[in-house]
Amino acid sequence: MTTAKTVQERSPIPPSPDNLSAERISYLDNLVKQAKVAAAIFAQFTQQDVDCIVKAIVLTGLEHAQHLAQLAVEETKLGVMEDKVIKNMVATEFAYNYVKDKRTVGIIREFPERNLVELAEPIGVIFSLIPITNPTSTVLFKCIMAIKTRNAVIFAPHPKAGRCGAEAVRIMYEAALKHGAPEGVFSCLESNNFQDNAYLMHHTDVALIDATGGPSAVKAAYSSGKPALGVGAGNTPVYLERSADLKTAIVDIIISKTFDNGTICASEQTVVIDDAIYDQALKTFADLGAHICNESEAQLLSRTVIDPQNGCMQPMAVGQKATDIARFIGLSVKPGTKLLIAPIRGVGPEYPLSVEKLFPVLAVYRAKSVSEALKVCVDVNHRGGLGHTAVIFSRNDEVIRKFGEVINAGRIIVNSPGAIGALGGVYNDLVPTFSFGCGTGGGNSTTDNVNVYHYLNIKRLARRTQNHMWFRIPNQIYFNVNAVENVRQFPSHSTVIITNPALERNGHIDAVRRCIPPETHVHVSVIPDAEPELKVVMEGVEALRFYKADQIIALGGGSVIDAAKIMKLKYESPDADLEELAAPFLDLRKRVAQYPTEKVKQARLIAISTTSGTGSEVTPFAVLTDKERGRKITLADYSLSPDVAIVDPQFVMSMPKNLTADTGIDCLTHALEAAVSNYASPYTNANAMQAIAMAFKYLPLAYENPRDEEARSIMHNAACIAALAFANASVGVNHALAHAFGARFHVAHGRANALMLPHVIAYNAAVPAKFMPSPFQQGYEAHHKYAAIADLLGLGGKTVEEKVGNLIKAIEQLLDRLELPRSIADLGISRKDFEQAVPDLVKIAFEDPSWRSNPRMPLVNELAELFWKAYDGRSRAEIRAEARQQNA
Amino acid sequence: MGEVSMLLKIAEQQAAADLQAAEEKLNEAGELAIDFSQVRRLDAKGVQALVELARKADEKAVKLVLHGVDVDVYKVLKLVKIDSRLSFAA
Repeated sequence: MTTAKTVQERSPIPPSPDNLSAERISYLDNLVKQAKVAAAIFAQFTQQDVDCIVKAIVLTGLEHAQHLAQLAVEETKLGVMEDKVIKNMVATEFAYNYVKDKRTVGIIREFPERNLVELAEPIGVIFSLIPITNPTSTVLFKCIMAIKTRNAVIFAPHPKAGRCGAEAVRIMYEAALKHGAPEGVFSCLESNNFQDNAYLMHHTDVALIDATGGPSAVKAAYSSGKPALGVGAGNTPVYLERSADLKTAIVDIIISKTFDNGTICASEQTVVIDDAIYDQALKTFADLGAHICNESEAQLLSRTVIDPQNGCMQPMAVGQKATDIARFIGLSVKPGTKLLIAPIRGVGPEYPLSVEKLFPVLAVYRAKSVSEALKVCVDVNHRGGLGHTAVIFSRNDEVIRKFGEVINAGRIIVNSPGAIGALGGVYNDLVPTFSFGCGTGGGNSTTDNVNVYHYLNIKRLARRTQNHMWFRIPNQIYFNVNAVENVRQFPSHSTVIITNPALERNGHIDAVRRCIPPETHVHVSVIPDAEPELKVVMEGVEALRFYKADQIIALGGGSVIDAAKIMKLKYESPDADLEELAAPFLDLRKRVAQYPTEKVKQARLIAISTTSGTGSEVTPFAVLTDKERGRKITLADYSLSPDVAIVDPQFVMSMPKNLTADTGIDCLTHALEAAVSNYASPYTNANAMQAIAMAFKYLPLAYENPRDEEARSIMHNAACIAALAFANASVGVNHALAHAFGARFHVAHGRANALMLPHVIAYNAAVPAKFMPSPFQQGYEAHHKYAAIADLLGLGGKTVEEKVGNLIKAIEQLLDRLELPRSIADLGISRKDFEQAVPDLVKIAFEDPSWRSNPRMPLVNELAELFWKAYDGRSRAEIRAEARQQNA
Repeated sequence: MGEVSMLLKIAEQQAAADLQAAEEKLNEAGELAIDFSQVRRLDAKGVQALVELARKADEKAVKLVLHGVDVDVYKVLKLVKIDSRLSFAA
């Protein structure tokens, strides 16, 4: 509960022991010391312990509700005794009803589905300011909150409410002590002044300031540098909209505005009434005991109850009856008048009654439209009431929603009294409170109704989550010689074959066409044998539309299959924004860009690979070149995966040797990177290890004897199996380096991979300079995985280091056997040219998403070192010497 | 200052009284070892008695070593900020 600054002045005086006597400082220090020990002891209490004390003090508070209300009215001369009794009962009974089953000790909330647990940590010593307007109810409420949360409180009642505040503290303390609370848990300054407050607000052992008071008190609390719960002043606008239940609304407003003579700061201040119901509303007010002021009476009120100097309410009027106020200012009203109502024509300094008035004087405004009414309410809200409370009476949900949007108030009360509604728990399900947080608009830290959770440090115990993993592959994979025959089983009215010129020439297309049912209309779309360009893709999409394709057969290497994947995407979802879909992401499940799920057309994609490397026939990746903007667009989503993959070795029998070597090493790199990836799983490991074993044995055979059908067939399957692994576990830093280098120097992807591979294995097998933060990683195990691969290949070695060394050696021997260049220098790239390129290469490699699944997080300087290792590689002389040694 | 090390057992139900009684031992020992293993909860009187004992031990340059302090009790000592004036052993 807050009051206007004219009622309660507490200046933010800096702490200066010079302003206080030594005795006073000793007294204040002792209070804090006692509270500190009490809070420490309290920390050992169980939930059962505190709940027992809470119930006891609530019953005590209820028992003394009337006694304390009487004391408050007698001492402060504010408010209505009967209403203060209700306040004291709300502060105890309603507060208890809310907190009784709440856990506030140990584990307070559990979220098993999120592996999260919340635990309570008490705050310690709280220094609490108590306002003059609610001097006993606020104490009762705060005592309950403090016991429930195991905190100790030093209370500082308003100087003009010191006796009743102290009595409330005494009653609650004795009851708490009797039921086991630690000694010193509550104390109350027997008298206090600005210096005391400032000293305590800055005291080392005071953990929190809970300032329920006027703006100065709140400002002092926040200025102390301590954590503070300061709650601000209000100026409640009320919109009485034409659809409202008028009779109920008027009674509610009267109840609220006259409750405790208007001392609750959430009470109604200016009622904005729709023109259509204005006269009827005022008549109803008058019928129920309100005095409607004429213009001169309204002027009189403006001059008297509002201070013309500062524009704030006059203290003499606060908490007084309407008849007393009328008598003081010489206004003639009927006996028993409950409320003085003054029409105003605007809001602002020239309309004095548009400010907060904590007494039974209400301003009313006649609004010609909803728009005008809302604007006037916003004006009132901004004239000292930001973040506090607002009220609307309406049956129009749209108007209520709009009111909620434009008004800045922590509590927007609908069709009920503002003052009692804001307290929570009586007219609505708001959290019961006697402290209204007003958010930043009111200079506060919260808009909440302050309650137990604001008296706790809430700790969150976050257990490591087991991320959901996946293994997603095409529905159907057909493999071995003549697997293409399976195309026959897929019905289609219109099939478009995407392929490239070489395949058209060598008769592969005919092999596919023979397997397409004769009733199917077939169109062949030949695209260049290069990484697909956006223009080429869009031409393909036009062809699909023209032929109303229901099936796409991609026959080719990675470029053709990638092109077909993107054509299908744009054909089925024309609005798909490729640029947005290519946006970088860290975690597939949390990516910003979402692939379309709604499709205007559907076409089956059958991918028939004609190289044994990329595995594009089963992967969710596609790379596109945007020549106009000179960049690559990499797309990754499982919706891109072909529906059917055909791995038929008849299409790779005529692969040239160098292509066999390049694509074969690409396959091996996929498998090796998937095996050590942070996203590796038992499902991907099985495929990766199988592919490694197959490639190691059969790649050199396929290279050396291109007509070896068995070697060709196994390598073709190995490429697909490796792709099944990396489609789910992704690749690593080797690919990031190879992408950057290959693009810059126009080196085939597999060949670029080969140049990096031995260096990357050595790099990943070493203790990382920086570990990759990844929930998937269970300790660092890349070197163990490499050792397991060495074991699988029978490479020997006793220690992990030896095994990793043997693996690197075996790979180097394989590369030599495939007659692949062993250094970038061997490609004829000068050291000078390479040196110039390295900064760009490093930048591009670091931007490449491939390394995100790498077990070791690459640092920029490490990427540069890897590039240089690949540049120097092993010289031809070294390779020859090694070969001689082996032969000898 | 003597070289004698003594071990006093503190009972939870009478921690304050036991700690007050321990003050007498400060004259006899260079290091006073206190067995806290039976204490699971400390009350305000117990804390005050320990604060007082620590103060007197400081005066007499006697080292107070608390053995077997339960973590909840240890936290109380941290919250009242007397842990720095004590030594702890397992």
